[in-house]
Amino acid sequence: MKTWLRQHRQALAAALRRIAGNKPAAALNALVIGIALALPAGGYALLDSLRAVTGGSAIEPRLSVFLRIEATRADAEALVAKLKDDARVRDVRFVPREQALNELRAVEGLAEVAAALNSNPLPDALVLRPKSGEPADLETLAAALRALPAVDVVQADAVWARRLSALAATARLAIALLATLLAFGLVAITFNTIRLQILTQRAEIELAKLIGATDAFIRRPFLYLGALQGVAGGVVALAVLWGSFSALNVGVAELAASYESAFRLAALAPGDALALAVYSGGLGWLGAYLSVSKYLLEIEPV
Amino acid sequence: MISFSAVAKRYAGGQQALNGVGFSIAQGEFVFIAGHSGAGKSTLLKLIPAIERPSSGSVLVNGQNVGSLQRAALPYLRRNLGIVFQDQKLLYDRSVFDNVLLPLAFSDFDGREAAKRVRAALDKVGLLARDRASPVQLSGGEQQRLAIARAVVNRPAVLIADEPTANLDAASAIEILEIFASFNQVGVTVLVATHDEALIARFARRVLRLARGSIVD
Repeated sequence: MKTWLRQHRQALAAALRRIAGNKPAAALNALVIGIALALPAGGYALLDSLRAVTGGSAIEPRLSVFLRIEATRADAEALVAKLKDDARVRDVRFVPREQALNELRAVEGLAEVAAALNSNPLPDALVLRPKSGEPADLETLAAALRALPAVDVVQADAVWARRLSALAATARLAIALLATLLAFGLVAITFNTIRLQILTQRAEIELAKLIGATDAFIRRPFLYLGALQGVAGGVVALAVLWGSFSALNVGVAELAASYESAFRLAALAPGDALALAVYSGGLGWLGAYLSVSKYLLEIEPV
Repeated sequence: MISFSAVAKRYAGGQQALNGVGFSIAQGEFVFIAGHSGAGKSTLLKLIPAIERPSSGSVLVNGQNVGSLQRAALPYLRRNLGIVFQDQKLLYDRSVFDNVLLPLAFSDFDGREAAKRVRAALDKVGLLARDRASPVQLSGGEQQRLAIARAVVNRPAVLIADEPTANLDAASAIEILEIFASFNQVGVTVLVATHDEALIARFARRVLRLARGSIVD
């Protein structure tokens, strides 16, 4: 166990020495890996930030039912009672026209419009949540509601949210594809770096085999080298991400302020950042492992 | 300790390097492998650490048929052999000390014990004062002694040297052979391949003489 630990410590030290021995190459590799990783990681962080805006209950299908302006309060209450008993409806919320006007006044920029009105132009409304979220069921229910005499307009609020959510799902898929492609790229980059490293250390590897080093012993420093390079790339990716999000947030803050929003792009959470570095290190290790498995066997001393 | 029986080695190109070689070396012996270039000396020595495998016949080291060893078993065979390579195989990117340290990296020594062994090995070949030097700063004789220090640092039971005096003047060659003799005195089995008949005559040990792949006397 002690020997095992010492050998790993030595392998790590050897890997660090090789990095220190060729700093420009190591820095370039980390930069290439980092920029490649920053793309999908940035996309992921962007989607995560947007989910805070689009997410939550908005995705849940809702129907807004606006009554005719001439409908009386008694009509509205009868309709609410009727819909509460409907098997297709989960719950109903009644929004009286006075309340709707108050809500309108509270909206930034519309208070003056509301003040300019002589009478309340808004109808009574119902917001109901159907039991089924299927588009076809929503359509049937909406059509049935439209046929009622007291009802003027039925709006399916969920439609835009569903479109956005479908768009987000597509974007997530695109990012996953990009991440997969770039993961292959990262493995390929490490594979090649380690191949070159093996070639430059050919004499040492040959000698080590001749004087009784096991394959595992020879392989170890290269695996550490690949993993370290991957982790360094992950750290560069995080730096790129934080840097560019900070820069973007200056503009985003202005834009959000005009909408009375405190929305900001959030770079990766600490857990996600750690996962990125570990993932990148793992891919580096994999590239090194493949390279070492291929080229180390080829070096047979004679 | 080492025993060859009816060993033949034919290389892939068709060249017959060894042909029906048989001999036996006891523990603690000092044996010269003599013969001209191309007689098969190097091939014979390479069969012992299984760097090459015999085409037929058997090579036994400590009762183990090394020609049929699995690849994974080779490191453990080689750790018990000290080998001085014909081309020395020194690493020029590190110090004399670190060159000798190399074989200890995969043994069970902690840093302090390993350093002690390295200094002991360097002391035996007279290079202790040069431990921080780079191998390129050493003379030909010193480089050869460095190669010997690296071969013995693991305290192997067998020491194998392929033309260890090839590029040395007579005085340095004698120095090198005396180092081998001193290891032999403390019980190490020594095999030295050389074409230098004067050296062989001077040291008067057992000689296996090869000519065109066969032992001639």
